[in-house]
Formats: sequence, C-alpha cells, structure tokens
Amino acid sequence: MDNNKKTTFSLIPADSRILVVLPHPDDEAFSLSGTLAKHIAQGGQVTYACLTLGEMGRNMGIPPFTNRIGLPTIRKGELEKSAEAIGIQDLRMLGFHDKTIEFEVKEVLDGTIYDLIVELKPSLIVTFSPGYSVHPDHDATGAAVVRAVERLPQSERPLLHTMAFSKNCYAELGQPDIENDVSDFLENKMKSIQAHRSQFQAVEMLGQNKLKDKEIKERFGKERFWTHSV
Amino acid sequence: MLLIEPTLIQQRIDDLQDQDLYIHLEMTTGAYAAHLDSTKHPAATFISNATLRYIHGSISGEGPYRVGLKTEKGWVYSEGLTHYEETEQERLILAGHDTQGKLVVALQLSKEPF
Repeated sequence: MDNNKKTTFSLIPADSRILVVLPHPDDEAFSLSGTLAKHIAQGGQVTYACLTLGEMGRNMGIPPFTNRIGLPTIRKGELEKSAEAIGIQDLRMLGFHDKTIEFEVKEVLDGTIYDLIVELKPSLIVTFSPGYSVHPDHDATGAAVVRAVERLPQSERPLLHTMAFSKNCYAELGQPDIENDVSDFLENKMKSIQAHRSQFQAVEMLGQNKLKDKEIKERFGKERFWTHSV
Repeated sequence: MLLIEPTLIQQRIDDLQDQDLYIHLEMTTGAYAAHLDSTKHPAATFISNATLRYIHGSISGEGPYRVGLKTEKGWVYSEGLTHYEETEQERLILAGHDTQGKLVVALQLSKEPF
C-alpha cells in the first residue's frame, strides 16, 4: 500500500459510529460496503441514512419484473438485504423522493441530517463529494451533509470522508488520501452488490465461488475516499 | 426564445409559487427517432392543461438546466431545459432544444389554460 495513504480505521476508534448519508439504495454497494463490514467486524457501529428509495430508477430487470409502482418496495427490500449482508445495525430510510434532493427545501434537508448527527454523534460521516459525484442527487446530498456539519461548532465536527467519480475528480481533488484494504470482506461486499438485484443484473454472474479470483480482489479489494475538510 | 438565465427563471418560479396554475409538460425523442436510427427507442409524452399548485420550486444545473417543483403531495421534475420565452410576461415558457434545434422537453406554467 502507498505509505502516504491513511486508512479509515487508523483515524477513528474501533468501537465508534460511522454515519453514512447517501441518496439511493445501492450507492453503498461498490465503493463503501467493505469498509463498513470491516468497521463492524472490529466492533464498530454503522448508521446508514438513505435519503430516497431510488423510486425513479430505470432498471427493472430484463424482462422487467416490476414497474414504477412496485419499484420502491422492491428497492426497499434490496436495501434491507444489502444492509444485512454488511451487518449494518441501524438503517434509516428518510423518505425523500428520488431525483429531488437538489430541489428540496434546504432547511428541511439540512435539518434532517443535522438532527441525525446530533442524535448519533458519529466519529465519521461518509457521503458523496459535492460537485464531483455525477448524479445531481449525489452532489446535493454531499453539499447538504457539508452544510449540516458546518452548523456544529468546529470542535464537535466529525471527520468527513467522501466518494467521487466524476471525470475531473482526480484532476481537481487529487488522489484519494484514504485507502482501505477490504479484501477479507469481499463476501459481505459481493452479497451487498448482489442484494440490489433490480439494479445490477450483470453482477449475478459473479458467483460466490469466484470470490478468490485475483481479478475480483483487485477490482473490489480496495476502497478509497477523500478527506473533506470541515 | 433566449438561452436560460437561471437567476431570472428562479425569480419567475418564485412569483408563480402558491397559486392555482395550468401546466403543460412534455418530452419527446421525435416521431422519426426509430426510423432514422433503429437503435433508438421512440418515446413521447405530454400532459396539457393539468392543474398544479406548487409550494416550492427551483432551477439548478449549469445548463442544460433542471427544474423541480414541490407540490403538497408530490413533485414535478424536468431536465434538459435550455431556452425561455422572453416575450411572455405572465406565463413561464421553458424548453429544451437539442443541437439541431429540435424541441426535446417543454415545461410551461400559466394562470390561464394554454
């Protein structure tokens, strides 16, 4: 591992709480699930606040096995299954509507996140990097988390790690400064990904027997984050 | 039609908030989409003169723009907006035109039916 990089686990107490704030069921699966599973295995707590049910998603299976009406219920079930695979102790579904986070009344959105932070006193919050996360809901979620954290006095602010994947994220943000080896938690991670059956048809091909494959380890074995200064 | 100036459009959205309005909302990939390119899925939909009252609305993005209108029980959402009609004083006429100038999306609000 690059010696300049830190790990999440070196920065927060093993038994502390991570608060995850993301807009869609499945946002946790590829980039974060291994880190959460590892933190939980080390005695940590995780609250996952998922803002919407991804009810405007377009993937519904091939051929479609649900519809606009049924999709939120399907995705709620997938989210619960993913959370269970990771071992998340506290899953909150906050009831916002997919695709509307950027238009929400800011006092309502920021206040909801602020109240969670005050209630849970997490050591670390993980969200999307505002401006570098492609989907407007991702950017708006990250921006709301930053505003909510900044309402707290400096001494009470938790650490903030962000995920980014816009084309310019490396050029603008530099390399991620946090890198977690999650290769011992690929079973949790693959189960989290596979839980989102309506969204990721292709991953069903990645069977459990292939978990030891070098390719999978390389692709999924590291999770990287940027420290966002607040 | 002029290119959208977001600050101006936000003002117009605020002015129409909390009133009984008529909405025309439309999106189309064009009637010839599949004829011109068989990989394209032709789709079009519009709703005209539906009644609407919103409690909060905003425009966002760097262009093409997105508009979201929050109602008592739900949302109106439109993405891909590029132009507005500058000669309209009472009504808000927004549209999204592609690089060939064709209309792809329209969002129109008025106190009187269209």
